[in-house]
Amino acid sequence: MWGLQVTWSLSQPPSSAVVCEQPQNTCVNRHGWVPMEQLTEQAAWGPDSADPVPENACVRRCQLFPAVYREDLRVDGRGCEDYRCVQVETDVVSNTSGSARVRLGHTDILVGVKAEMGTPKLEKPNEGYLEFFVDCSASATPEFEGRGGDDLGTEIANTLYRIFNNKSSIDLKSLCISPREHCWALYVDVLLLECGGNLFDAISIAVKAALFNTRIPRVRVLEDEEGLKDIELSDDPYDCIQLSVENVPCIVTLCKIGYRHVVDATLQEEACSLASLLVSVTSKGVVTCVRKVGKGSLDPESIFEMLETGKRVGKVLHTSLQSILHKEESLGPKRQKVGFLG
Amino acid sequence: MAGLELLSDQGYRVDGRRAGELRKIQARMGVFAQADGSAYIEQGNTKALAVVYGPHEIRGSRARALPDRALVNCQYSSATFSTGERKRRPHGDRKSCEMGLQLRQTFEAAILTQLHPRSQIDIYVQVLQADGGTYAACVNAATLAVLDAGIPMRDFVCACSAGFVDGTALADLSHVEEAAGGPQLALALLPASGQIALLEMDARLHEDHLEQVLEAAARAARDAHTVLDRVVRQHVQEASVLLGD
Repeated sequence: MWGLQVTWSLSQPPSSAVVCEQPQNTCVNRHGWVPMEQLTEQAAWGPDSADPVPENACVRRCQLFPAVYREDLRVDGRGCEDYRCVQVETDVVSNTSGSARVRLGHTDILVGVKAEMGTPKLEKPNEGYLEFFVDCSASATPEFEGRGGDDLGTEIANTLYRIFNNKSSIDLKSLCISPREHCWALYVDVLLLECGGNLFDAISIAVKAALFNTRIPRVRVLEDEEGLKDIELSDDPYDCIQLSVENVPCIVTLCKIGYRHVVDATLQEEACSLASLLVSVTSKGVVTCVRKVGKGSLDPESIFEMLETGKRVGKVLHTSLQSILHKEESLGPKRQKVGFLG
Repeated sequence: MAGLELLSDQGYRVDGRRAGELRKIQARMGVFAQADGSAYIEQGNTKALAVVYGPHEIRGSRARALPDRALVNCQYSSATFSTGERKRRPHGDRKSCEMGLQLRQTFEAAILTQLHPRSQIDIYVQVLQADGGTYAACVNAATLAVLDAGIPMRDFVCACSAGFVDGTALADLSHVEEAAGGPQLALALLPASGQIALLEMDARLHEDHLEQVLEAAARAARDAHTVLDRVVRQHVQEASVLLGD
């Protein structure tokens, strides 16, 4: 694991620092070591360290990021606000009301939405509800075997509950069939297949795509003379209601690395970052949830900067996601489904 | 008995197949770059993913290490949205644990574990969509994943399910046929030698019919082997093209 979490005392260099044989200020190896004068002291040794940089030391890897990010250029050539190539496909699993698969670099997420009939919650009798469940599969890493993935799964599920916990994200009133008695409960199940960094973003994109793909059968409530209600499903299997996902938010994770923050961090970049900010943004730029994760601390100005970046990036993400989802839908049911075979 | 006719008078099943016909198998190896080996298989409407990590050091207690061979560890998990009725827990329930043990038994017979003493091979199978024949699909996917990981095996392990209706043995049962309640046989075969790695049968079947059902399952497993063999060769060809050979 690389990182900026380098703590050391004045008398000796940190264990991850390498005292360089080459003459001072000229150490550049094929991985891109950086001459010492290009590194600011703060970026090199941690935001709150006032220790001076020793003369001959070049710190490997951890120093690669802060220096490089000053020119808005990352290890893989992206800018600080660029996403990796996102592949989205809907209607991947047929047993569901809606499904989507998202590949963001090496991160692979599969979401299935099942609509089931349920009773409305007591405090919201005129609305349906959403239930989230995240399964961190052992195929992502052997540590997730058995109950190993439960912690991460619960954290992600709780975040999803929070970002949807407002009146406008999804029109829950349209999910109500008869007040206080019947409503649609949407069970959104997220399956994490491969983890290559930036889980929250990929999961929120997949959830939005799956909700876009969800088709809920149209039902009618028939009341007979005794007042007994009977629910009748429409005969036509294509007679469905489609949810409006205009206001469904997407999460943008901003990782603080050195002085800058980056969007869509890979696993290596996440290891280098001390703290991240999760910003949940709708397509109109409205922020529904903000959460700071990570061991380090953030100062208030950077939080505001990151929020602004999150809103900007989020809006662009939404427009491109909407356009690609509409394009896929316009191909119709006869389109060639690729799934995992392609 | 009124209800669904599993085998019509003309010899067609519910989905239009003949008695001994397999569903369409499509597979792909090397689905995930980060795992040591991975494969995806679609057998009709049943979709399964298998991921292999290993051979690596034993995780957890070192006391479990076997001095002369590798430990094979399998986990079977089926997604909550895989079945018609939503499942509450993807793994950890009795059926998943039993399937995990069966997969382990199957692969311990096939993998050359003596070549990797004191190490562990993890095989994780994920069912994305279940439409009958999940065990068979899992075994086929896991075989491809183990081959993708480069772990030496005695032979392919090909599996298929079989049933018995109206005096005829049916191969590769779908969910509708499994739910009808007749006898079901699951067979895992090493095709070259004809050795059986796992044989499991549910419900009552007269012993006179056993040979017929076993023969149908073995033939179907060999047909699956032909498809899997072609998939592996194609994958190797693609990989060698990329390497520039």
